Amino acid sequence: MDRKEFTYHLRRWQKGSISRRQFLGVTGLGVATAVLAKAMPELVMPRAAYAGDLGDRVSLTTWPNYHDPKNFEDFTAKTGVAVEVNVFGSNEEMLAKLQAGGTGWDLFVPTNYTISTYKELDLIEPLDLSLLPAYDPAAMEQRFVEAGTIDGKTYAVSKDWGTTGYAVNTKKITEKMTSWKDFWDLAMGKYTGRAMVHDYQLTTIGNALKYYGYSFNSIDPKELGDAEKLLLAAKPHLFAINSDYQPSMRNGDAWLTVCWTGDGKQMHRDMPEIEYVIGKEGGEIWSDFYAVPKGAPHRAAGYALANFLLTPEVNAKEVQAHGYPSADSRTNKLLPKELLEDPIMYPAAELLAPLEFGAAATLTNPARAEIMARFKSA
Amino acid sequence: MATATQSDQAERRTRWITVLLLAPSAFWYLALLVVPLAIVVVFSFGERAAAGGYQAAFTIANYLNLPARAAAFRNTLILAPVGTIVCLLAAYPLAYYLAIKASPRMRLFLLILVIVPFWTSFLIRTYAWMFILGGRGLPAVIEWLGLGEVRLINTPLSVLIGMVYGYLPLMVFPIFVSLERLDKRLIEAAADLGSNPWRSFLQVTLPLSAPGVITGCMLVFILLMGEYLIPQLLGGGKVFFIGNALVDLFLQSRNWPFGSAVAMGLVVIMLATVTIYLRVTRRYGAGRDVSLL
Repeated sequence: MDRKEFTYHLRRWQKGSISRRQFLGVTGLGVATAVLAKAMPELVMPRAAYAGDLGDRVSLTTWPNYHDPKNFEDFTAKTGVAVEVNVFGSNEEMLAKLQAGGTGWDLFVPTNYTISTYKELDLIEPLDLSLLPAYDPAAMEQRFVEAGTIDGKTYAVSKDWGTTGYAVNTKKITEKMTSWKDFWDLAMGKYTGRAMVHDYQLTTIGNALKYYGYSFNSIDPKELGDAEKLLLAAKPHLFAINSDYQPSMRNGDAWLTVCWTGDGKQMHRDMPEIEYVIGKEGGEIWSDFYAVPKGAPHRAAGYALANFLLTPEVNAKEVQAHGYPSADSRTNKLLPKELLEDPIMYPAAELLAPLEFGAAATLTNPARAEIMARFKSA
Repeated sequence: MATATQSDQAERRTRWITVLLLAPSAFWYLALLVVPLAIVVVFSFGERAAAGGYQAAFTIANYLNLPARAAAFRNTLILAPVGTIVCLLAAYPLAYYLAIKASPRMRLFLLILVIVPFWTSFLIRTYAWMFILGGRGLPAVIEWLGLGEVRLINTPLSVLIGMVYGYLPLMVFPIFVSLERLDKRLIEAAADLGSNPWRSFLQVTLPLSAPGVITGCMLVFILLMGEYLIPQLLGGGKVFFIGNALVDLFLQSRNWPFGSAVAMGLVVIMLATVTIYLRVTRRYGAGRDVSLL
């Protein structure tokens, strides 16, 4: 084979027209690699370990501040597969993209309450667990993984879990805050222009419902009506409606925001005056999953990435980076003690008790969608 | 007889070539403009499917529901024209200076300064404004100067600032081009005939630059009507535009039919305002042209 022909095949492989295996075959590099691997395993094995048809890239769709970038680099070094990361602000948006089709995603991170809808709409496939040897159902805390299993089939495997509370800058806000009533009253009162809420119906409407002590998941028209009144009254007093609240909280523009566990942990780690509060009326507890969309273009690479991230050693690094607790006891064994005792990640039992998992009905309920839209466009 | 057939053939060939040459753009126009618009029209009469999306139906409920987005229409219909006018007021003196007053070297330097921002992504430049207008930016400076406490970010004013910043070059260039083409002897002639500078500006320069002004205003206005990013980033999701309402309806509420109706509302408003604007300005421009020539 001359140089020109080799370059031709190399280009074809880079463009994805032929697989790595075909490329190695036609160029004779496969044989050479095999010989080399026997002679000098260290040199070739990291990539060869995954050799096969993984391709050269994988597309992961996930949430902001949710991974350790170093782990992606390690994955690429090990497999030769580059990780392309897409970040979304809400499950609604993810669902809309998948419904419209042609996303090109190989792996994505849906939240517990959306998985049954994905299955009903035939947007995800039952997982081939033989391709996820790092996942051990027996090591998982049941309540955080059960939403991934429907009719005995596993459609999604647990990534981590968390709560939705709020973050308070205690240098600016001296009141002791414990409830969602405190949150809304102060946001509309003394701290007008300083509070943020999610750009996201589930938590924003859910936590407005908690002001009245209603269920976080309520779809009762009268209760939703009350929540809408509260939201419309609060809107002129809000600093912003945005799920990416870390920049504004860190630079001091916002003093109060609806917040997820990991963001609360990350901000508290860097600025101890930012504290995380779980409303005593309740609110949301949730768990996130890895799932593979139907028709994933690099399906094998998607599984390989999920398997890599679920490996306890890797997952432990993820948890330390993003600050969300894992449901995997094997991962937890590898975590430093102070993380396992952290009250943001592992809140007290009496705070956890009233929390609710989001329900599928809140995702698909048109009234909730319309209330959020009216709130934003008011 | 034979020659007639030959010319017939030649004519047919020319016609074929014309059709072939036009085919790509016709296809482009059909596939990317007419068909999508037709789909939007069809969707706008449909219903939201249970889990979101579109379900075939024939109802005008979506159009009757348009007042529910009144605030988005109002914000857009106020801020887009105001933004266009502020852009025009800011761009005209600059374009005038560039085209008429500046030395060639200065002109090149200033033109480069106007172009340079285009080398950076619009998103990144808008993010930069988030920091400038945010609490640690301009407001901190104003406070340090003892001028009081102000809130800039996430207000209609910050959206307006972002829009003027973002679209100013699109206003400067067309005006600059039409002023540069202007025959300076006409101004001299006006002065010779006893016109003072202000009067010759109003009667000569301004009418002759009208095509640039019209083009610039159209470009900026149409883009501002569809603006989405700036209200989102500099308005903090509070100053909602029609573009934001659309994104919300398609991506969050997954109410495609209502989203399509809102999109049709935007299209109709845009067509109406642009038609009226062109009618008015063309008549004005044409009248001046005739009187000048």
